[in-house]
Parts: sequence; C-alpha cells; structure tokens
Amino acid sequence: MSRNGPLALIFHTIFVIVMVAPILVVCLVAFTPEGFLSLPTHGFSLRWFRTIANYPEFIHAFWVSLGLGALSSLVALLFAVPAALAIARYRFRGRDVLAALFLSPLMIPHVVLGIAFLRFFTSAGLGGSFAALIIAHVIIVFPFALRLTLAAATGMDRTVEMAAVSLGAGGWTLFRRVTLPLILPGVISGWALAFIQSFDDLTMTVFLAAPGTETLPVRMFLYIQDNIDPLVTSVSACVIAITMTALILLDRFYGLDRVLAGKGDTGR
Amino acid sequence: MSMAVEERSTRAPWALTAPALMLFVGVLLIPLAMTVMLSFHDWGQYKGIEPVFILKNWHEIATDPYYAEMFWRTFRIAILTTLLTALLGAPEAYILNRMSGRWKSFFLLVILGPLLISVVARTLGWALLFGGNNGLVNKLLMSLGAIRSPIPFMFTETGMVVALAHVMMPFMVLSVWAALQRLDPQIENAAMSLGASPATIIRRIIMPQIMPGVLSGAIIVFSLSASAFATPAIIGGRRLKVAATLAYDEFLNTLNWPLGAAVATLLLVALVLIVVGSNALIERRYAEVFR
Repeated sequence: MSRNGPLALIFHTIFVIVMVAPILVVCLVAFTPEGFLSLPTHGFSLRWFRTIANYPEFIHAFWVSLGLGALSSLVALLFAVPAALAIARYRFRGRDVLAALFLSPLMIPHVVLGIAFLRFFTSAGLGGSFAALIIAHVIIVFPFALRLTLAAATGMDRTVEMAAVSLGAGGWTLFRRVTLPLILPGVISGWALAFIQSFDDLTMTVFLAAPGTETLPVRMFLYIQDNIDPLVTSVSACVIAITMTALILLDRFYGLDRVLAGKGDTGR
Repeated sequence: MSMAVEERSTRAPWALTAPALMLFVGVLLIPLAMTVMLSFHDWGQYKGIEPVFILKNWHEIATDPYYAEMFWRTFRIAILTTLLTALLGAPEAYILNRMSGRWKSFFLLVILGPLLISVVARTLGWALLFGGNNGLVNKLLMSLGAIRSPIPFMFTETGMVVALAHVMMPFMVLSVWAALQRLDPQIENAAMSLGASPATIIRRIIMPQIMPGVLSGAIIVFSLSASAFATPAIIGGRRLKVAATLAYDEFLNTLNWPLGAAVATLLLVALVLIVVGSNALIERRYAEVFR
C-alpha cells in the first residue's frame, strides 16, 4: 500500500483543523469567565453553564426535545419494523414503490415538510401541539428507523426461524422470541439514529413549535436570531456533549461506520 | 427464497406494510397535496386566506424580479458549496483511504461525526469564528499574509458558502469514500509498475473511478444546500434571503401562507427535477460502474 506524501499530510491536517474548529470554538467560548464572547484566555469558568439555570425556557425546551425524540423514534419503529420485515422478505407488486415512499422524507426538503405539516395540523386544529410535533417527527425519522431495521432483517439467518416453526412456534411467539431478538441490534441502532435526527431537527420543527412546545434547537435558533452571547455557547456545548455520548454508545453497540454509511447513500 | 413461500404469502406483506402506508398517505401525501393547493389560494392583509383558485402567487413569483434574484442566489450558493466540497472532500477521502487502519477509523470518525452534531451549534461556531471584521478567521488570514484587508463573512454569501460547505462536507467525503472502497488497489500498482507518475495515476486511474462517487455526493450536497435553512438564516441574517428563509418569513412573519406555499412548491419541484435529471445523466454516463 502506498503512503501519503508530506503535501497530502499537510492538506489533511488543515482539513481536519477546519472541520473541528467551529465545534471546538463553541465549546471553548462556553467556558469563558468574561461577560462577553471571548476565548477563555484568563482561566476557565463555569459561570455560563450555571446561568442556564436562570433560563427555564432552555431547560423546558431540553425536556421537550428529549421526550419528542424518544417518543417519536419509538412510534416510528412500531410502524417501521413490520414494514422492514415485509420489504426484506417478500417480493410483491408495489414493493419498490413502497420502499421509495417510505424513504421519501429523506428527499423532501425539511422546509417543505415544515410548511406542509403546519398547513395540515392547523386545519386539523392541532397547530402548535405536542401531538402534531410527534406525528411530524415520526415521518422524518421513519427512513432512519426503517433502514437500520431493514439491514438487520436482510442479514438475518432465516434457518433459526424455520427451526422454531418446526418446533411449533408461530405468529406472535415466533416474532417475540426469535425474530425480534435477532434483529434487535438493528432496531436499537435505528432508534438511536432516529432519536439523534429528531433531537437535532430545526428546519421542520421551527414551523410547528409554539411557545410551550419549542424544542431545544428551535429555542437556540430564536435566541441566536436576537443576539449571540456566551449563554447560547454553553447550551450548545451541552448539546454537543449529549450527541457525543449518544455517538459513542452507538459506536459501541453497532459500529458507527455502518450507521453513517447507511445514512450517506441518499442524504437527508 | 423458495417459490412456495412467495406464493403462499401474497397478503402478508400488505398486512405488514399497511400501517406505515396509511401513516404516509394520511400525514405525508395529503399535507403535501394541501400545500400545492394552498399555493393557488388568495391572500389579503385583512381578509386572510381565501380558498379560491387563482394564479396570483405564481404570477407574482414569475414576474417580480425579487424572486428570480432570490432563487438565483439560492442556487448560486448551492453550486459554489457543492464545488467547494468536491474540490476539498474528494482529495481528503483519497488521503484517508491511504492511511493505516487505526488512523483511518479515527479520522473518519472526526470528519463524519459532525454530521450528527446540531447544525445550529455548528453554524454558531462559524458565526463566532467570523465575528465581525476582526474575527479569528480574518486575523489568521491577515497574519498569514493571505489577505490585506478583512473579508466580510457575516451577512454575506461568502460566509454562507464557507459555513454550508463545512456542514455538507461529511456527505461528500462519505460518498467518495464509498466509491474508493470499490476501487481495486492492484490497478494502481499495475500503473506504477508500468512507469506512470503519481500525477498520471491520479488523473488517469483514480479520477475516472471515483467520479461517480463525487457526482452522487454532489447531488446530495446540492439538494441539501439549496434547501438549507439554519445556516443561511444565522449567517445571512434577516437581509440576505434564500428560498428556505424566504418561505419561513412568508409563513411566520408576513403570514402570507399562499405565497410561502408557492415558493416552497417551486423549490421542491425544481430540486426533484434537478436531482432526478442528474441522476439519470450520471447513470447513463457511468452505466458500466453501476452494473
């Protein structure tokens, strides 16, 4: 295997620095002891992390995001697991169309989805409600839940199921005792990736959220629109830390390369 | 799968997919259809939305140069972002692929990880780095002697392209990376043993083979950049509008929903046409690679 030359390594170093710099600078500024935006040159301070406590709207938004992400990913799986099993196992008419439909939220711009859901839920009398947010998020995280479940169901060893059937298992027992445990790693990773997508979504949610149902990205965005101060960097640093934790867990459980490779093919 | 299983179960797949299908028809296809219909409705400052069928909004978009300029800006930013990610992301994927095992997976994680970190947080980072005329980026460029006077990044298209390229870069690296995995390293060695220079190898052997990866990455980056909201809204501020931020304004500030729906519908149709069209072109051009 050929090695990278010095020029390639210089390029690589600059590339990595540029990729990391914006994330790093947010985390560093969050620790500033000053009252304004600055890099912490005179020691680190947690004052801006403590300040978050004085802004209950950020705390509330965090809980909304957490509940929304957990619940919508779970609901998405309830629909996605049967669909994934059908698509993985049967060749039936309309299979390709269905698969394309289920992955279509990846192709439709989130701003268009936000507008469509705003129009729809307002006419249905659900405008700004938490229920509307859940349903909308189920749709946008569905492709991620479907894909990872589909990968697990396609790679599954069917002979174990056939053995169970020959021993008299069937229907629900077969699913709960044999099929589900076998595809569980894929299902859990699907849930985790769906959760991250829901937790991070701004573009669609900004159309649907009302005061009281604002998610953390929406609250941060509206705050930044007015002014940028160290407070929003400390909130961002917390969000980055939460995502990193989820990433590390996902990596341990499933292998991040597999998750990301599944994500990159069609984009969002 | 045996024929017997297939024949026996013509109803099972429909039973399994029915819940998801109903969900998608009920809360995805119907809302999208309602949005297209909304774009043909009338709106007035005092009367609100009137459910009639008129072409007023479409006529306004077609004739008012403000919208032509805004859509042109949106696509210009998306094209520049795509070029920047291709020019930097493709070589980086190639360099990554030549690294040894542990370094390779470490740097892959560093470069792809940001994909899952909040776009708001990442764009905030760029807003901090740009920060007025004496931001860190300008200070660095000036001390390196690359520029004489500070470049305005905040509230400009330059800043939007730089921040968007950063946000979209993982998609490009990932796509080229996937193409590189299909590449046979023996061909490179064969070219070298026949006396080809490194430049020739890259130009004649590597480039043609990773081109499909670059192009499919470009389609993803382009469509995501053209419909991006968070980054243009934060870096561009309230003045410099792109399609997504304009639609947002019409819906939540001006409250002219029919006009906003028309902008969104046009964006969706334009993107679908561009993506489907370029996909077909690429598949025809590189049919042998995809076969």
